Amino acid sequence: MSRILIIAEHDGAHLNPGTAKCVTCAAALSGAAVTLAVLAKDPTAVAAQAAALAGVAQVLTVANPANEHPLAAVLAPQIAALAKDFSHVLGPATTFGKDLMPRVAGLLGAPQISEIMAIESATRFRRPVYAGNAIITVDVNPGVQIVGTVRTASFVAAASGGNAPIAAATPAATLPTHTRFVSVSAASSDRPDLQTARRVVSGGRALASAEGFKLMYALADKLGAAVGASRAAVDAGYAPNELQVGQTGKIIAPELYIAIGISGAIQHLTGIKDARTIVAINKDAEAPIFEVADYGLVGDLFEIVPELGKLLG
Amino acid sequence: MKRILVGIKRVVDYAVRIRLKADGSGIITDGVKMSINPFDEIALEEALRIRERGGADEVIAVSIGSNDAQQQLRTALAMGADRAILVETAAGAGAESAVEPLAAATILLKLVEREQPLLVILGKQAIDDDNSQTGQILAALWDRPQATFASKVELSGDSARVTREVDAGLETLEVDLPAVLTTDLRLNEPRYVKLPDIMKAKKKPLEVLPLAALGVATAAKTKVVRFEPPPQRQKGVMVKNAAELVAALHAKGLV
Repeated sequence: MSRILIIAEHDGAHLNPGTAKCVTCAAALSGAAVTLAVLAKDPTAVAAQAAALAGVAQVLTVANPANEHPLAAVLAPQIAALAKDFSHVLGPATTFGKDLMPRVAGLLGAPQISEIMAIESATRFRRPVYAGNAIITVDVNPGVQIVGTVRTASFVAAASGGNAPIAAATPAATLPTHTRFVSVSAASSDRPDLQTARRVVSGGRALASAEGFKLMYALADKLGAAVGASRAAVDAGYAPNELQVGQTGKIIAPELYIAIGISGAIQHLTGIKDARTIVAINKDAEAPIFEVADYGLVGDLFEIVPELGKLLG
Repeated sequence: MKRILVGIKRVVDYAVRIRLKADGSGIITDGVKMSINPFDEIALEEALRIRERGGADEVIAVSIGSNDAQQQLRTALAMGADRAILVETAAGAGAESAVEPLAAATILLKLVEREQPLLVILGKQAIDDDNSQTGQILAALWDRPQATFASKVELSGDSARVTREVDAGLETLEVDLPAVLTTDLRLNEPRYVKLPDIMKAKKKPLEVLPLAALGVATAAKTKVVRFEPPPQRQKGVMVKNAAELVAALHAKGLV
């Protein structure tokens, strides 16, 4: 039987929704026992949220002041010590999981399957390669411990309603001091989180300036949507890096994605393939974004977007 | 001697639209343009800038792959690397992808032990496998700090201050050296290679080490059984104006 350890992502107070998606991914293995590990300075609040996820059999907490910030070099040895009795160790394919899980894999000498889209058996997985232009099916050799990151856009979050027991763990690990947290620029915003928002309004190079990009925020606020951006818009300085959607940015699956002034480079389309409905607004009728859009509108965004705002207001 | 080791992977050029083989065994690489993984170019550029500012004495470009990867190492030498090392694996198309990240990190660790670098700079991911693992695994095996997805690097004495692109925004870490860095897109803009540099690069040392000579275990623990095209989205409908768009979204209950 598979025993799956999932590493919870959190900010010290709230469980990241990516964790609940990992639980759904793990549930594809019938009969698997799912344990969630919460490593934190004080794991109490996050552990309670983790225990309430349906499908979780057990929550392990590791309380340590060194775990206040998610430093891979500090967390990985603790996770490797916890992982001894587990067949699979999973984390979300967010920047947290992408940074941490390979370090765990290195300590365990285990192969990692990145961006898991589907678990077909305890040793068979599907994942995207070449910016999502091919999907591969990968087998891991039998009897080998497996580390994985879960492509969160491929799974819905596990429901609540669980009531798993919470136990404190004290993994035997020497923690390094060679890596120190300095700061994080948490762009606080009242808008929904880009990775979990039901609606996303995303802007591209055609916004032409940071000033022009403000149109995106105005429209997003009318819709209760999160704001995203193409790589071109971020590179040009119109939008901050955490808004980037695509192969090397965030991969999202909202119900509604509105791409404005985005041509639709392959790398961008990779990030929105799982969106339920895609709307594209672009002045170039030949833009590749129209090939994947459910609704396309050709025209000048500087006229269309304010008009949309009025119609939606 | 303060050295920086830079990883250079030979990949299908980013502008190529890949095509799958009919039998699902892989992608077609015959006659396809191959290049340095773009994130690795950024890694090399950062190493060169650190050397040019006096933070390092030597930049070594390292590749793991078939003999053909010498082409990408020559490009790295033309960009300004001082010397290059190719760890040569089996020949043939896809040889670079056949080396799993754990194996690649094990091989790099051998070279790290030999060269004793101050920094190892790798791309945050290769655009073929999109694994994003090798730097982190190397840091684990080497038991040294990692700073992944770097968008700014400042060296001072025995440590480095690195700004990282994370989901929440920008995170800054301080890491003791030696350390492993992986590069994000906005760390720098790699320089263009000039013709005289290509001529000069031909005279720079490029060492070829057969993988077997390193004596490391690199047996594959995974096997790709099938390549498939992704599900295609259908082209939808075009609307004439904003009012029509809003009506359509209303009808579907999306706004």
